[in-house]
Amino acid sequence: MPFDYSLITTELIVAALGLAVLVLGLIAPENRQKGLGPITVLGLAGALAAAVLMWNVQGELFGGMFVVDKFAYFFKVLFLSAAILVTMGCTQYVSNMGVHGEYYSMMIFAVLGMCVMASAADFITLYLGLELMTISFIILAAVNRTDGRSVEAGMKYLILAGLSSAALLYGLSLVYGMTGTIMIYDTAQLIVAENISPVLILGLAMLVAGLGFKVSVVPFHMWSPDIYQGAPTPVTAFLAVGSKAASFAVLLRLFAAGLNGMAGTWAMLVAVLAALTMVIGNLLAIPQTNIKRMLAYSSIAQAGYILVGLVSANEAGIKGVMFYSFLYVFATMGAFVVVAAVYNKVKSDEIEDYAGLAQRAPLLAAVLTISMLSMAGIPPLAGFVGKFYLFKTVIADYFWLALLGLIMSMISVYYYLRVCLVMYRDEPKENTPIEIPGNIAVVLMVAMLGTIILGIYPGPLSELTNTAAETFFLH
Amino acid sequence: MNFPVLTICLLAPLIAALILIFLPRDEERLHKAVAAAGTFTSLAISLYVYFSYNRELGGLQFVERIPWINDLGVSYFMGVDGLSLPMLLLTNLIGFSAVFASWNVKKRTKEFFVLLMVLVAGVMGTFIAQDLFIFLLFYEVVVIPIYIMVIVWGSSKRVTKEYAGMKLTIYLLIGSAFLLASVIATFVKSVQITGVPDMSFHGLGQVPFPEQFQIYMFLLMLIGFGSLLSMWPLHSWSPDGYAGAPTAVSMIHAGVLKKIGGYGLIRLAVYVMPAGAAYWAPFIAVLGIAGCAYAAMSALAQKDLKYLVGYSSVSHMGYVLLGVAALNSVGINGAVANMFAHGVMAALFFSMIGFIYEKTHTRWIPDLGGLARQVPRLAVGFMMAAMASLGLPGLISFIPEFTIFVGSFERFGLLAVVAIAGIIITALYVLRAGANTLFGPPRQEYDDLKDIKGPEMVPLVVLGAVLVVGGLLPSLLFDVINSGVEPIMAHIADYLPTAVQIGGGY
Repeated sequence: MPFDYSLITTELIVAALGLAVLVLGLIAPENRQKGLGPITVLGLAGALAAAVLMWNVQGELFGGMFVVDKFAYFFKVLFLSAAILVTMGCTQYVSNMGVHGEYYSMMIFAVLGMCVMASAADFITLYLGLELMTISFIILAAVNRTDGRSVEAGMKYLILAGLSSAALLYGLSLVYGMTGTIMIYDTAQLIVAENISPVLILGLAMLVAGLGFKVSVVPFHMWSPDIYQGAPTPVTAFLAVGSKAASFAVLLRLFAAGLNGMAGTWAMLVAVLAALTMVIGNLLAIPQTNIKRMLAYSSIAQAGYILVGLVSANEAGIKGVMFYSFLYVFATMGAFVVVAAVYNKVKSDEIEDYAGLAQRAPLLAAVLTISMLSMAGIPPLAGFVGKFYLFKTVIADYFWLALLGLIMSMISVYYYLRVCLVMYRDEPKENTPIEIPGNIAVVLMVAMLGTIILGIYPGPLSELTNTAAETFFLH
Repeated sequence: MNFPVLTICLLAPLIAALILIFLPRDEERLHKAVAAAGTFTSLAISLYVYFSYNRELGGLQFVERIPWINDLGVSYFMGVDGLSLPMLLLTNLIGFSAVFASWNVKKRTKEFFVLLMVLVAGVMGTFIAQDLFIFLLFYEVVVIPIYIMVIVWGSSKRVTKEYAGMKLTIYLLIGSAFLLASVIATFVKSVQITGVPDMSFHGLGQVPFPEQFQIYMFLLMLIGFGSLLSMWPLHSWSPDGYAGAPTAVSMIHAGVLKKIGGYGLIRLAVYVMPAGAAYWAPFIAVLGIAGCAYAAMSALAQKDLKYLVGYSSVSHMGYVLLGVAALNSVGINGAVANMFAHGVMAALFFSMIGFIYEKTHTRWIPDLGGLARQVPRLAVGFMMAAMASLGLPGLISFIPEFTIFVGSFERFGLLAVVAIAGIIITALYVLRAGANTLFGPPRQEYDDLKDIKGPEMVPLVVLGAVLVVGGLLPSLLFDVINSGVEPIMAHIADYLPTAVQIGGGY
């Protein structure tokens, strides 16, 4: 049977780009290495354009193992936009590290892994994509070879990601053992409420643990603060957005589609995990003094909110997850690009070194404030609409979860405002303004305007996610 | 569609804020001029809207409606009725005055006025939005600018400004979490019942929610709006917050922002959940009266002028709650009018205290005295606010308070008498504060104080004029309010118990 390879145009472009950048990185002279950044951005933009243009072209490849639906396209657009923003916003940071070829090519391969994950409709493809992404991130976390903490982060991620992959594989094999198929949408037909066996439940628990690790759900969250803090900032940013969104895409395919028949078994489990994640993530963020560590805990809490969308396991919930993941790109990119830009100047990620940032660089302070408040879900920023869509799916059946989520997001304002306090109230230690290069300014403006516009006028994105979520169950 | 008057009114301060962002840092006078121009535009438009509103016709006027988010049934729906209109005018009166009350701000003026403009626009938006979702978008726009203004330009006395700002912010946000939960639940339920998403207040009002559901939802909304209205016992952010805040923020917060709580209670909670309102009304009345009495007693013990007014505003909000709880048109009319009256009065009070503090560097009553000789104009403003606070006939707040008492006496009888007694305590602390601050032998150290003059006079003239005009011509206010309250009362009439059997479950 001939395959229609045009369906994987995006993946092909990304793969070719990755290989090209890898080779260019090896042969380009030292003083030209900087050019890899723009090449990466342009190439990814090409892939993004392909994904956007092919929005209406749907289909299946390789006997249904690789599905190309709007749900997949949506996530691909999300990964590519995030990768473009982070690459553009952090070129100076990368130059300062002095590692170009490896960094950019691994970044691109991570994107490729994510794209495969978004389209994966069987256990093998899913695992391939997941490992491609994870291994790229292990290298990326340790890419700053001269920095002990970066290497440590890479080692930690290697060991813990290995463990979680083992749990995931074991879960997949158990599910396969019980159903005899590796195709997710076939699993959906085979698993119905009547034939749930204890082995299947064990497999389910393993899957929750394996994927819970990737999206840093409590109690599988321990790794993320250390690795977020140790890894280079652009890697952290992409880990927070891309890896998390890709894992959510897989989580949705596996649970909301594949294991929908046993939703009664896992919905309560997921609801409790979501609640724990919100509470613990937010409470542990409060005492942090390092901004990357604080954002790591805050990103754990964000995973808790997004997980709420999975509880209802219907179109509205999936739409909520997609909507929130997308606005989370802007908020997180905004925040981390500011962190990287400040680091370029003051060489520190401690919150106390943000003193007087509002006077030294009003744009940086404003973007960081707006991004954090969007994460907290304060209207009229995008986070509020996102939470509205997420919590509305559970409010009828799990009112406590929605109320808890809203209260916890208001509590999160406490630690976000402590950063604002330092930035706005305190006088700067030195008065020199922090100049913002053009590329960073563009990324910051995109992040800030994206957050504000999506908050005030979410209509178009909302309709887009609705149509994307509709295609999710049509297989 | 008509000319978008309200949108322009809303955008004027935001445009001023945008212009301010691009002005150089050290052009202080220019910053102030731009801010004044922005708020003046809004004030002029809202005056025009107020006086050209057709009272005979009533209902929503100056309507603008554009579909906004289709799957949530949200539309950009602006309009004013008799309930919104006084609040809109109040916002702009105070916003305009606040710019001049901040005329002497020297530190980082650009940022200060940018935040102030956002604050004014945010408050205005909540009052003219006729769609619940749009209302929520504006509801919390103001929280963060206020926090930043408190920590940068605030003052630390009994508590640090950091503590005050954080307390204020977290209290209001946690309160709003309950409100948001109830709004989401209400929306989902309304879609279940009607099948069509519609987030406009009017649309939600038509949905027949089950009674038990209304009772739960009303409680959540009461927690949300109550914490903003500084309903006892959720009030404790208010005196601390006002004391820490810079003058302009205290003015806007006590003057209008708090009123969003009362406005929301009537517009959303009572209108959409009438059965819940009927159920909880006695509870609200008790909390209102408790707040009245408790805060008035606390005010008696205060020696810091800002704390005094802070507690006094909590106490006045008790009257508003009492009026709302009466659930008859007299009571609600009184509640809305009292919100307007208290807003003007509190803003004037805070602006005068701000000037006293600027000039003498103290707000501690025992350290002040005899200021009427040295700064007579300031003293006039102070006394006008004080007299309005105790409800002197002829000033704006007498008739509203009287109306509330009439409305609530009808419902609660003896209980309302306790609240009336609160007036006496109010008179006691207000007169004592006035006497100790302004009268008595003048103190030498204040001999060379300069009286307020020039731009500093604006708050006194604008707000003072409203105090007097509103007192002499109460129909200017009441006709408008009544045209807004009547339809609401007609809408909820079916749910209301008779005067004897108030309070379903009790």
